[in-house]
Amino acid sequence: MSAPASHDTYVMEHDHRKLGIWIFLASEVMFFGAVIATFVVFRGRSTSGPDPREVLTLLVPTIMTLVLLTSSVTMVMALQAIQGGNRTRMWQYLVATCILGLVFLGLKATEYTHLFSDGITPSANIFGSVYFLTTGLHAAHVIVGIIWILAVVAKALRGGFSAENYLPVEMAGLYWHFVDLIWVAIFMVVYLTDQLKFM
Amino acid sequence: MTTQVATLPAKPREYTGVMSWLTTVDHKRIGLMYAIASMFFLLVGGLEAEIIRTQLAQANLKIVNPDLYNQIFTMHGTTMIFLAVMPFMAGLGNYFVPLLVGARDMAYPRLNALGLWLFVLAGIFLNSSFFLGGAPAAGWFGYAPLTSMQYSNTNGVDFWIWGLELLGVSSITASINFVVTIIWMRAPGLRFNRLPIFVWTNLTTSFLILFAMPSIAAALILLFLDRHFGTFFFDSSGGGDPLLWQHLFWFFGHPEVYIMILPAMGIISEILPVFSKKPLFGYTAVAYSSVAIGFIGFTVWAHHMFAVGMPPAIDAAFSLASMIIAVPTAIKIFNWIATLWGGSINLKTPLLFAIGFISLFIIGGLSGIFLATVPIDFQVEDTYFVVGHLHYVLFGGSVFGIVAGIYYWFPKITGRMMNEKWGVVHFILQFVGMNLAFFPMHIVGILGMPRRIYTYGANLGWDTINLIETIGAYTIGIGILIFLYNLIQSWRSGAVAGNDPWDGDTLEWATSSPPPAHNFEKIPVVTGRRPMWDVKHGGQKMDYAVEPHGFHMPPPSIWPLILSFGLMILMFGMIFGVIPLVIGLVIFVAGLAGWINQPAI
Amino acid sequence: MHSSHKIPLNKILLAIASLSVLALAGCAGSPTMISPASENAGMITNLFFILFAIAVVVFVIVEFLLFYSVIRFRRKSTDGMPEQIHGNTKFEIAWTAAPAIVLAIIFVLTWQTLSALAALPTDSLKITVTGHQWWWEVSYPDLGVLTANEIHMPVGKASTLTLESKDVIHSFWVPELGGKMDLIPGHTNRMWMRPTQVGQYHGQCAEFCGTSHANMRFEVFVDTPDQFDAWVAAQKLPAVTPTTDLAKQGAQIITTAGCQACHSINGVSAMIGKVGPNLTHVASRQQIASGLLDFNADNLRLWISNPPAVKPGSMMPKLALTPDQINALVAYITSLK
Repeated sequence: MSAPASHDTYVMEHDHRKLGIWIFLASEVMFFGAVIATFVVFRGRSTSGPDPREVLTLLVPTIMTLVLLTSSVTMVMALQAIQGGNRTRMWQYLVATCILGLVFLGLKATEYTHLFSDGITPSANIFGSVYFLTTGLHAAHVIVGIIWILAVVAKALRGGFSAENYLPVEMAGLYWHFVDLIWVAIFMVVYLTDQLKFM
Repeated sequence: MTTQVATLPAKPREYTGVMSWLTTVDHKRIGLMYAIASMFFLLVGGLEAEIIRTQLAQANLKIVNPDLYNQIFTMHGTTMIFLAVMPFMAGLGNYFVPLLVGARDMAYPRLNALGLWLFVLAGIFLNSSFFLGGAPAAGWFGYAPLTSMQYSNTNGVDFWIWGLELLGVSSITASINFVVTIIWMRAPGLRFNRLPIFVWTNLTTSFLILFAMPSIAAALILLFLDRHFGTFFFDSSGGGDPLLWQHLFWFFGHPEVYIMILPAMGIISEILPVFSKKPLFGYTAVAYSSVAIGFIGFTVWAHHMFAVGMPPAIDAAFSLASMIIAVPTAIKIFNWIATLWGGSINLKTPLLFAIGFISLFIIGGLSGIFLATVPIDFQVEDTYFVVGHLHYVLFGGSVFGIVAGIYYWFPKITGRMMNEKWGVVHFILQFVGMNLAFFPMHIVGILGMPRRIYTYGANLGWDTINLIETIGAYTIGIGILIFLYNLIQSWRSGAVAGNDPWDGDTLEWATSSPPPAHNFEKIPVVTGRRPMWDVKHGGQKMDYAVEPHGFHMPPPSIWPLILSFGLMILMFGMIFGVIPLVIGLVIFVAGLAGWINQPAI
Repeated sequence: MHSSHKIPLNKILLAIASLSVLALAGCAGSPTMISPASENAGMITNLFFILFAIAVVVFVIVEFLLFYSVIRFRRKSTDGMPEQIHGNTKFEIAWTAAPAIVLAIIFVLTWQTLSALAALPTDSLKITVTGHQWWWEVSYPDLGVLTANEIHMPVGKASTLTLESKDVIHSFWVPELGGKMDLIPGHTNRMWMRPTQVGQYHGQCAEFCGTSHANMRFEVFVDTPDQFDAWVAAQKLPAVTPTTDLAKQGAQIITTAGCQACHSINGVSAMIGKVGPNLTHVASRQQIASGLLDFNADNLRLWISNPPAVKPGSMMPKLALTPDQINALVAYITSLK
């Protein structure tokens, strides 16, 4: 994956996919930047409805963060496995990553249910709108990530990937880490600053 | 366990006829289809313009009712920006960036095709709104809360939302392709400071798209949620703010205009040296200025919002940034003139349009300074002064640049020359028509005429000027029709062009017209900014790269088209309900699965 | 062979310039920013003319250089390869510095004028303008006056406008009296004006606000202090009681035909609607339907009979009224001076 090798040879590279993913993720950063900025701008501007500080808890989101961080670790382990030629270990770690992702989503679902029962919905007030927007878009990205990883698993089970050929795994990993990082940002902005009053 | 490597199919699937076009991943064919589709939408947008100008030719006319008028001016702007100018630039870039950098194709051929089909289908999707409940009628800029369900209760705005989302995805995929191609696939010796300016501007434009489009993508989602899920993002009654829309929109919207002008500036920078027989004056300054315009372009967005009531210090900051961006623009203009100065100027049609571009852009740039001057903007903002300004830079700038590029590169694409006489007629009509249509707009704006009005009172003194503008618009229309005629006739029976009809400087002229599918028989080794000039006039011998693994061209693929089609149906589903939603999703997933399973190489 | 290419561009530009002057001179009836009638508008116009002068100079120089270079260096058959000049650092510095300096000057002037415009006067007449689709609600909170689509101001005195909106974004613009300012739901914007000439000045909404954006017009009357006081005094009176039979009929109909749902008339207990303009002194206004029609009996009849036909999209509906009922209404409304 390098620039033309020497002064007079040229190889038509077909595998520039990693740079492509990085660029795509840069674009996604701008997207979530706009979304999180929207959240910050509307902080404290609800004209009715419960105050988020009364309704948001810190325990479940903290567990969610730990779950997602762990899933990034399993993702790294999967990549290391295939770099060492171990396809079985790789897809096992990938499945673990998916399971952790599903746990994350499950916990999010319980949080949403709890909020609905407290009267916070997207159409309740501006806090509800921005909260569900931010976490919802992130959850959508997690879902896409899980499907992506499962597609990689499917290919692995059919014998794809090796110590020389693992770029799609790396790409899925980059995306997954990105989704994790975005969650950390959301966790800090939405939960920590409210709860710990870091205004 | 055996290691299975992605293998080449025994014999790549070959298609003929229409199917070969629908499945192509060849950047040249894709570029050509981009251009042809853009031309079609340019005509649609042009028809909308003629209707607008007819309605405004005199006071109190009733050619169209205000609801239809508002749909037409909304679609005129949306079409010209997203379905004509941007895809034209993507098309010319698609065709020529690989040739200019000495590559055989773009980095991601199937992604390239995806961008094309998403654009074409999104254009169809958007325009179908006219027949499915009404086109969007809230302006191309769609300010909240006018776009809310309460004040825009037809499907129009929803078509606008999802059409733009599709187009955004198309643009982002194309940009990823350009960046990776330019960074990784240059011919040996083609250092960054030897890149053709058209490639520099494409690179900068691609980064602008990547960092600006997400803002409008987010804003459109917020708008959709407000319209259909009762959220409050732009609704002040629940704590939201209509100004959030404006900030998110213009954070995209301002870089958007640089997205539209930078490639045109690149085209001009290619044409001037060839037709002056001199190198581009101040290459480094021009390259740096292009990048600078890109960067500064992200800091000026709120100059579209001077009258919303922001604190004066904020207004002043954006005013300053807007003036600063005039400096790199001026640098380019002076360098272009210096390129012509002392040259041996070949006044053929490509150069006519290039000169037209510069002269018109000077005017557009100057009127821009008026707009950057906040107190003056308080008067002329949202008037025909702005309409005049924007058409000088977008029509006089972008469209003249595109047309110049077409005249310049038509021989390379088709192997035939365009008719020079008709080219001159077209130029005269377009140049004169342009000034007749748009210069008086500055005046009538100063005389108090706001924009986006379907009619005006008879006692306000705006009639005569509007009539002149309408005549100018019709003149442009005739010019465009002559252009079309020239294009079609020349393609059929124009004089044979040969490899290098203009005595060009850059690599695209090193290969046949049209180029073979693989672009070059052998990849040249580049030793300067004007590789072809060096060989023909500089006494150098062209060296060629060794390709140790040979090369093979990427196989065709139907999956980008299918995936795009699925997305389009899905968008219909966002408006009309579950059935198209599910059908679209199924087709999308099928397209994705087929794509993933097809070997990349 | 190429002489047919010689386009008289200079001639075209000259034609455009003369056309412009002609157009400007001939359109004395237009609400134009270049004939300011207030102190604040005057500041803007001064800045405009400075910029215009600079722009003309730059335009002439740069366009001349462009066209001269093309004409002077036109290819001749005797041409060899021209000198292959790649650049000149001194020139680059010069044409970077020159625009930068000019723009710096313009920015300083911008900042000065902007600061002056932003400084709201401490003592001024307070006027609140609220935008609706597609009419202007005008009130003078300190004076107890409520009207619509027509503003009166005393000459020589500052007025501060408070701008709000009931629905979508509108923009308040009277070119001869000042720059524009948006009316945004959920926001309150303020601007000041100090008119210097008595007269009538045209205004229009300057932010696209829907179907009849083009029809959302208004007039500003700058009065002498006496005229202004007289106007205020008349506006504060309750509505005239009708004297003729036809007008009395109209006074009855207006409270029951549906008008009462939207309109208010001071002193008439049944007329307290807030959705449409206050009609107490509607007959004292020069126009109806937000600047679309001059106020007279015929136009009033036209308007009441079918408002959406006059102002498309209008929320004032076409009521099921007989011609007699309309005549009665017209008789009553024309009495509401």
